[in-house]
Amino acid sequence: MTAPPASPAPAGPRALAWRRRRRAAARFWRAYRGHRAGLAGLAVLALLALAALTAPLTVGGDVASVTGAPGRPLEGPSGRFPLGTDRFGRDLLGLLVWGTRVSLLVGLLAAVLSVAIGAVVGITAGHFRGVYATVLMRVTDWFLVMPTLVLAIVLATVMSRSLGTVVLAIGITSWPTTARLVRAQTLAVEARPYIERARALGGGHGHVMLRHVLPNVMPLVLAQTTLMVSASVLAEATLAFLGLGDPAVVSWGGLLQDAREAGAVSSGDWWYLVPPGVAIAAVALAFTLCGRAVESVLNPRLGVGR
Amino acid sequence: MTAADAVSRAAPAPAGGDRRRSGYLRYGLGRIGGAVVSLLAVLVTGFFLFRLIPGDPVKTMTGGRPVSAGQLAAYREEFGLDLPLWEQFTDYCGKALTGDLGTSYQFRAPVTEKLGEALGPTLLLTVTAFVLHTALGVLLGTRSAWHHGRTADRLHTGLALTLYSLPSFWLGLLLIVVLSVGVGPVPGLFPTGGMESGAEEGFAHVLDVAHHLVLPVVTLVAVEYGQTLLVTRSALLDEMGSDYLTTARAKGLRDDLVRRRHAVPNALLPTVTLIFVNLGRTVAGVVLVETVFSWPGLGGLFYQALSVPDLPLVQGLFLFFAAAVIILNTVADLLYPLLDPRVGR
Repeated sequence: MTAPPASPAPAGPRALAWRRRRRAAARFWRAYRGHRAGLAGLAVLALLALAALTAPLTVGGDVASVTGAPGRPLEGPSGRFPLGTDRFGRDLLGLLVWGTRVSLLVGLLAAVLSVAIGAVVGITAGHFRGVYATVLMRVTDWFLVMPTLVLAIVLATVMSRSLGTVVLAIGITSWPTTARLVRAQTLAVEARPYIERARALGGGHGHVMLRHVLPNVMPLVLAQTTLMVSASVLAEATLAFLGLGDPAVVSWGGLLQDAREAGAVSSGDWWYLVPPGVAIAAVALAFTLCGRAVESVLNPRLGVGR
Repeated sequence: MTAADAVSRAAPAPAGGDRRRSGYLRYGLGRIGGAVVSLLAVLVTGFFLFRLIPGDPVKTMTGGRPVSAGQLAAYREEFGLDLPLWEQFTDYCGKALTGDLGTSYQFRAPVTEKLGEALGPTLLLTVTAFVLHTALGVLLGTRSAWHHGRTADRLHTGLALTLYSLPSFWLGLLLIVVLSVGVGPVPGLFPTGGMESGAEEGFAHVLDVAHHLVLPVVTLVAVEYGQTLLVTRSALLDEMGSDYLTTARAKGLRDDLVRRRHAVPNALLPTVTLIFVNLGRTVAGVVLVETVFSWPGLGGLFYQALSVPDLPLVQGLFLFFAAAVIILNTVADLLYPLLDPRVGR
């Protein structure tokens, strides 16, 4: 990542831009390193991402198979099954590792969908004023006060049971916060003189929004995505727990639903209940910590006394 | 924008002395008009969510069980699904506005009746938890901000963030395992679910309900107070550098008074706004906690309706939750100018 040696010929604008971006990224990383909580969150995420990516090698896809379960149902933790077995006799540790894939995948996709909708709504509502923006912001405010989880539950109930449904249900109900933040930032950016200059030089709506507003909004969008993943992971677990996830897929929320249905609560089988919940909370907390660290690096005023 | 806005704008310009009141009137009418539009949007969403979704509602309702063609036709007629969409819509709106939300498929009873039965327990649980988590959040948030950077602040912020990241249903399950069923030597202290255990009368009944109320309320408060704490903290931190606080101190006021009389009231407005905007999240928490603790309220009913799925009941509950959140937010909007004269002028 060292900068290329200064060439005798003057660097082109593109090379200059890249060098500036690289320097900005290095500056960002230096500031981020100062946030201990953010670093801890990042470490946890790296570990979980590794577990999710290597799961086919470490536990294998057949860990979720009900027919070839290796142990007896509801065995307590032992040397062979460190976290015990579930109600079908499957290895809980393996299921937990396998579930990481679904939780992270759905969390990330739903967050990206939600932030993408929010960014498009926010930028266009900030750029085009007038009736369009008014209507759009009314819709945003409506979604903002809606009990979004209830809406997501209703969507998941009336659509077919699949991961796509879950992503869609979470994504299209959770974008309003992002839209509000992005719109505020867009308004602030568009008030600057260089936007006026771009317009005077003949830049159209698309040019202004994509080349000038979007890069300025991007940091905010990234911070928001990180925070959103945390909410999406929780929402996914909730939907799965209510029996609205894909029944063919192992996920942490689904494991908890299984545990509840198997009577783990009334028989006090805490070892069946604790690990999936800890995993959900760890991912949610890690993303929240990262998101807060990113936010406070980008906007130091928020970071007072942290 | 809205009809109410247009009306208030068309009103003749007020005389100077009445300006304050007419300002509030215009603000209030605007908010009420907005709420009416929002409620209509909920009504329309409720209709289209359940009609235009791919798939036959009757098939979804019967959950894939083998049903004869005659029975399917009977269901279609009962729920008005054989009419043209437009007629269905006007029919539905007319009925919903007169308080008829259809018949529950599962309980064979009017949806409104089921809602009425479940409302009381939900209000008891929600209001108790709401008051406690708001008080706790504001109190700890104020402390945190006032002593920001110290160990106590870090501890509170960290704990709040952690609890905020917990899935509420999981926390509820754990509390049941530890405190109701008992682990190892710990005996079960609280009931595992429900709202009452016996046919007790009078004060004993009140105690019994309170005993059942403890764990659900603890769960709700634990997952909800974190956000209030963080918002109060950051709102107060924003005020901390303000000149008027320096002035108040320079006057010789005690630290405690500066905080209570000067800083906190100014920091409270963003907190109040956020608490009401977050009511939707509270509703989600209530649904989950009632499900876990078999609380006989609206949330538990929602879960029962989902698992069938009992579409008229799900629809009725959706309409109810959405309308309740919108109406409460409007009430809050109408109260802000009374709390803070800067709003709505």
